[in-house]
Amino acid sequence: MRLSELAAKVPSIVREVESLGDNDVIARRLRDLGFVAGEPLVIVASAPMGGDPLLVQIGFTRFALRRSEAARVRVEHINV
Amino acid sequence: MSDAAAIDNELRLALVGNPNCGKTALFNQLTGGRQKVANYAGVTIERKEGFYKAPSGRSVRVLDLPGAYSLDAASPDESITRDVCKGLHASEPLPDLIVCVADATNLRLHLRFALELRALGRPMVLALNMMDAAKRRGIGIDTQELERQLGFPVVETIAVRQGGSVDLVQRIDKLTLSVPEQVGEGGSLHAQVREMLSSAVTMPRLTAKIDDTLDRWLLHPVFGLVALAAVMFLIFQAVFSWATPIMDLIDVGTTAFGSWVGSVLPEGLLNSLIVDGIIAGLGGVIIFLPQILMLFLFILALEESGYLPRAAFLLDRMMLSAGLTGRSFIPLLSSFACAIPGIMAARSIQDSRDRLTTILVAPLMTCSARLPVYTLLISAFIPRNTVAGIFNLQGIVLFVLYAAGIVSALGVAYVIKRMRNDTTEHALMMELPAYRMPHPRDVLIGLYERAMIFLRRVGGIIFTMTVLLWFLSTFPGAPEGSTQPAINYSLAGTLGHWLSYIFAPLGFNWQISIALVPGMAAREVVVSSLATVYALSGNEESLGGIVAAQWSLATALSLLAWFVFAPQCLSTLAIIKRETNSWRYVWITLGYLFGLAYLASLLTYQISKALGA
Repeated sequence: MRLSELAAKVPSIVREVESLGDNDVIARRLRDLGFVAGEPLVIVASAPMGGDPLLVQIGFTRFALRRSEAARVRVEHINV
Repeated sequence: MSDAAAIDNELRLALVGNPNCGKTALFNQLTGGRQKVANYAGVTIERKEGFYKAPSGRSVRVLDLPGAYSLDAASPDESITRDVCKGLHASEPLPDLIVCVADATNLRLHLRFALELRALGRPMVLALNMMDAAKRRGIGIDTQELERQLGFPVVETIAVRQGGSVDLVQRIDKLTLSVPEQVGEGGSLHAQVREMLSSAVTMPRLTAKIDDTLDRWLLHPVFGLVALAAVMFLIFQAVFSWATPIMDLIDVGTTAFGSWVGSVLPEGLLNSLIVDGIIAGLGGVIIFLPQILMLFLFILALEESGYLPRAAFLLDRMMLSAGLTGRSFIPLLSSFACAIPGIMAARSIQDSRDRLTTILVAPLMTCSARLPVYTLLISAFIPRNTVAGIFNLQGIVLFVLYAAGIVSALGVAYVIKRMRNDTTEHALMMELPAYRMPHPRDVLIGLYERAMIFLRRVGGIIFTMTVLLWFLSTFPGAPEGSTQPAINYSLAGTLGHWLSYIFAPLGFNWQISIALVPGMAAREVVVSSLATVYALSGNEESLGGIVAAQWSLATALSLLAWFVFAPQCLSTLAIIKRETNSWRYVWITLGYLFGLAYLASLLTYQISKALGA
């Protein structure tokens, strides 16, 4: 599943960040920001108009990601 | 000790860290008022340097590098940080010591960058900042264990508390500079950070409880927007009514100063240049300083509190569909006071295309310099009728003029997006930092810096322009026995008469056309120029009375429409040149604003004339 398809408040973990093209600056930056395999994350809020961007909590940090950016992140649910 | 030896002994350290790590607060704490703010050569990125004396007497030079998430730079700011840390920067020497600043409440993100810096193999110290917030939240950090795993010194700091950096200063003073041991090799940086966190840090919860609660309300789809509207309303209220008494004081002061200087100096050209040109011209600009400072007081406090990125988050979708980004919100908000600080604030937008679009549409936000013109025309032509029981017709017209600016800015941004035909993705990826109580010291230092930048930069440009326009309006002088006002015979007057042919379809008479020429320096100058032209023509009445008696309603509406768009501000154009480093964008701005102004006035005049106004 992609992060952009994930419902709010569902705890999940990152599987990988996919690059679009050879030089995907956005994908590289996502990895630098901590979107790496095994890292738990959760969507805590989404913006008023059309639910874009998303507010993603990863580690101790909250990032606003547009859905197009979030679509690069493959995630899976955590089985609690 | 000789001076040369003192310089040799000087320690140069660079503060490096993620955005929102409290780096600037630590910089302020270390250096106090001893700071120098300038730009890096050739780019519009702020270079902040300060000094302090270490307990040993050694002087320490502190460079505050732009915040960065990674050395894999994604913006011009981050490139500066990367180049300086790697010793690749053309004009900046390699610092002796890197002080990496990390937010103790956000170590997972910040330690990764610290490890990236460690790999550079330079002497390094970690300042574990915001320890007060960490303790409050019950976060336990084993500093010695962390130090052992990192291989370089770790010092706790509280940048917002008096004396909160004493330990850091002492530790640095006693330090023998050495390259950190590359301990814990192997595995990705993230894996190493995870390892360190599990052995040295205990974290009761991921984010502060208060932050979760605040975000639940302030980012709420309905309540969040209501709160944003309330914050904006408060800012506008402050900028437009609380600043007025100080502005009146400045107005009275410069007028009094002008007439005093005028009475002391002998009659003649020099008198006119200093009184009508320099004092009146600069006074007309400095009068906006209280509004600009008031606006920046709010913006800085909101920035420190962590709210501004939340506002950008709420508005991103709407601004994106118009070809902007949520980050454009702050520059455009500033532009309501004055486009100049607004355009400078666009530096915070990382994507260069988004930044350029923001700069191009910033002049469409109704700056405070348009208010004197609006006030004059509205009070002369629009009756004080009450509409629908509660609304004042004059107020509605003013609101429509503001709204016209915002709507056209979104429209122009949309056209730029379509014309650029750019299908690549613009990044948002914005951190929403923890909420923080703004620290008065940091807000005041920020305010002082903005005021100085405004006065120094704008002062220079406006000064030149004022002198130039005085020259145009004064020479050549009126011939002997002339009956018309002197400005009529000057270069500005000649230009005005030519312009009146071009402006006739808009309903502008020659007096308006002349007044528009000196009005190029700053919009509100048009009001005083009109006053001069009519006064020298032998009219004794107040300007409002003359205008109401001599102009048609269609002319007045047309002039209002003109001012929604008119690019009549050379300082704005000059700042666009500075910030984009290109004349091309100056001409584009000038061209499209004149085009829109002409079109809007033409339509307004012809339609309202056809309707019998």
